[in-house]
This record gives sequence, C-alpha cells and structure tokens, in this order.
Amino acid sequence: MNFLMKIWHSSLGKKYIMGISGFVLVSFIVAHMLGNLQVFLGPSWINTYGQLLHDNHEILWPARIVLLTMIGLHIWSAVKLRAENRAARPVGYAGDPAPLASSYASRTAMMSGLIIAAFVIFHLLHYTLRVRAVNLTNMDFSTLRDSAGRPDIYLMLLLGFSKWPVAVFYIIAVGLLCLHLSHGMRAMFQSVGWKWTFGGVSHLPDRIARWFAVVIFILYTSVPTAVMCGFGKAYREAAVQQLSAGAVAEKEVAR
Amino acid sequence: MNLTLKIWRQKNAASPGCLETHEARDVSPDMSFLEMLDMVNERLVAGGQEPFVFDSDCREGICGTCSLVINGVPHGSRKGTTVCQLHMRHFQDGQTITVEPWRARAFPIVKDLIVDRAAFDRIMLAGGFISVNTGNAPEANALPVSKEIADLAMDAAACIGCGACVAVCKNASAMLFVAAKVSHLNYLPQGQAEKDRRVKNMVLQMDQEGFGNCTVTGSCEAVCPKEISLDFIAKMNRDYAVAVVKGELKKSAAGGTG
Repeated sequence: MNFLMKIWHSSLGKKYIMGISGFVLVSFIVAHMLGNLQVFLGPSWINTYGQLLHDNHEILWPARIVLLTMIGLHIWSAVKLRAENRAARPVGYAGDPAPLASSYASRTAMMSGLIIAAFVIFHLLHYTLRVRAVNLTNMDFSTLRDSAGRPDIYLMLLLGFSKWPVAVFYIIAVGLLCLHLSHGMRAMFQSVGWKWTFGGVSHLPDRIARWFAVVIFILYTSVPTAVMCGFGKAYREAAVQQLSAGAVAEKEVAR
Repeated sequence: MNLTLKIWRQKNAASPGCLETHEARDVSPDMSFLEMLDMVNERLVAGGQEPFVFDSDCREGICGTCSLVINGVPHGSRKGTTVCQLHMRHFQDGQTITVEPWRARAFPIVKDLIVDRAAFDRIMLAGGFISVNTGNAPEANALPVSKEIADLAMDAAACIGCGACVAVCKNASAMLFVAAKVSHLNYLPQGQAEKDRRVKNMVLQMDQEGFGNCTVTGSCEAVCPKEISLDFIAKMNRDYAVAVVKGELKKSAAGGTG
C-alpha cells in the first residue's frame, strides 16, 4: 500500500498510472474494433460473436470492471496532473504562448479526452443500454432479433448508423480519439521509458503511435461510412418492413 | 536600428509587476541582446531613472545565467542559443520586443527580470553527485567507458541549468533539467553506486519544489540552448520505475559494526 501511495504521490508515478491505464484502454479499443469489423462478414458472424460475449458473464463482468477502473484512474490522474500543472505557473506570459514544437494533439489532449468521454456515455446509451430516446430511429434496439432468435447486432448497427447525425458524431469522436492516441501513445512509451531504435529507425514507438492512430481511424470509421454508402440496405429495409408488418399484425390482434 | 521594448518591471516577489515600454534608439545590429539592454540601462541611469536588473555572467553561452523570455520564447527564437549569444541583427528595425522573466512558481522573482533558481541547486544537492575516493586523481583510463555511453553522458552533461525548459513548458515542468542531470551520472560507471537513490531523491525534490509535470510536448527540447534531447526524460522515467520497483535496501541489524 505504501508502495502504491508513493507512486501516486510522485509526478512520475502518476504518469505511469496514466500510461498503463491508457495502454489497457488502447488494448480494449483494438479488441472492440476487431469485433466491429465482423459486420463485414455478415449477420451470422457478428451476432454469434455478440451472443458469445453476452453469454459469458464470468468474462464480461470482470472485463467491464477492469475497464471502468482504468477509465477512472486515467481521468483521476489527468485531473490531478492538470491541477498541479496549473499551480506550477501562477503568473503567465504576455500574449498567447507559442506552440514551440508541441503538436496540436498534445496541446488539446485534455479537451479531446473530455469529448471522447462524452461520446463513450452516448455510445453506451446507444448500443449497450439501448436507450430508445438516443438512437433517433424511434425503434427499440433491445427487441431486435435475427432469424435464429439471437439479439440482432448486425441490424442494430445498420439502423444505428443509418441516421446521419449519429454516424457523423461517431466519426468525429473516433477522429478525436485517434488524435488523442497519436499523442497519448507516444507519451505512454515516453512515460515508461521506452524509446528504442530498431534497425536504424530511431524513436520507433513515436512512429508506431502515429501510424496506429491512422490505421485505427480508417478501420473504425469504415463501418459507419459503409452503412451511409448503402452497405446492408436490403437487409435493413427487409427487417424494417417485417417489423412494421409485425406491429400492424399485433395491433390487429389487439383489436 | 530603433526598437520598442516592453520590459517587465517588478520591485520584488511580493509586489505585482507590469510591462513598461521604453524606446531603444541607435541600436547596432552587431550588439548582443544583453549589450542592447546595457545601453538602455545606461541611458535610464543618465536620465535619473532606475535601470532594469537582469542576470548575466559569462556572456559566451556556457554558464546558464542569462534568462530572458523574448517575445514569449526563452532565450529568443534562435535555435541552440542563449540570450547573451543572440544578436540584434536577428531583429528588424522598428520591431516591438517583449522581455519577460522566467515564469514558474518554483522560480520566484527577485526583481525585474531576475528569478531565484535555487530550486535547481536543491535538486542537485538531492542527488547530483558521485562518491569518489580522496587523494590523487585516478588514472583516466582505469575505468572503461564505451564510446556510446560516453557520448550520451556528454550530451546530457551539456545542460547548463539555465531553466529555459521550465520557462517554456506549458506546465512549468523541470523534467528536462532533472533528466539531463540524472542521465549524465546514471549512464556513467562512476555514477552507479548512487544510481537508484539519485533518481528517486532528485525526482522527490523536483516534486517538492512545485514544478509541473511532463506532458511530452517537446517544447523544452526545442528551446534548450544546449539542445538536450527529450530521450533523457524517457531514460529518467525508466530509471525511476526500476528504482521504485527495487524498493529500499534492507537496513543491517548490526548497523554495519560487525
């Protein structure tokens, strides 16, 4: 405990917490992306995958708890570091500070982080808790079922991204996430002291961070972009027709 | 050249300061920035006004005493240059130049443009030394040091402790200074005896002085007159992590008396 408190009270220690919690969250981002990309393999693939995750509570809940803890630590250390940084310069310079070699991503990391946090809340309401009010389709995502009777994640994605404000917000948030990561991953490697040179390439981790951010952005945004370009339109329209026919039939029965 | 100067005037740490505007007439482009300030001061004194105080010593870019923020950039915008080596030919006739002191809570203002950098001295006292035997200087080649390590340690040792890294950092962090001093000794065989203690104590002292934290923006590296690399901060982060994980050495029960 004493050891942990020492880390928490030191400036470098808080950066380790920042970096390590960031690393766990980045690992989740990669895993989540691999899950998302299964949408291109068709409805049965992604629905089987979703069923698999949801049926294994002994994996699902520990993973959720770890992720929430990491988000908590990441934000808490950010707030503490920010407060210390502000206190370190009570009187500023005249005029706006010159950026001086610092990247846009590094100067805006706090703001991009806050917007990402807001997006994560929306994203959870949208697809995890499936709150009807936020999905703009006037449909209840929690009732969607595929032909095998499983929750139809494929249809949920198609319906969710068929609303352009949702898709655009998603793309902007992923863009900010990648901006955040392009600085954050570089800082993470720096904070834990990894700056290797391999095969004559200096600062390999810095390069990895930049390319990783670009690749993540392309792969994540491929899903909403594809849906807006008409991917899965036939499946979506057939399902919507079936749903409304079902609703009409139910009303008839009730009458 | 004729210039308009906006210079920081502050009586002491307790009283608030402000920027004062002064005209600098007939400035020679061959003057250094400090010589230009000397000239402005001489004219102020001749006119019965109080001169501005500022730090300077060697005036050849190796002592780290001069410390002015010129138009928002510590040591001015010339790469790898201290203020004393910055010449007026890099400015334009008629330009307005803002001159301010280093700004950080850990560097309280003494007067006008002079700040108290004793915080750096206390960090050095916490671990910026090595243990050596007394007596004659040892034979220079008795301790083998590889060329790579010697070069890296020399790059770190180039730090003159001026504090420009703190002045430019948006968080007023002293990481580059402390990293240079830790790396310099931690790379060399002579520094191994206190390696872990050094990094822990110097970081602890840095935190206690009230400097900010590193957010890896790289501004410090960009203004450093000795171009100290950000890589040394990574080296310090690694050494600190290793030292913390290793923990403290167990104290001998007999107190080492046998």
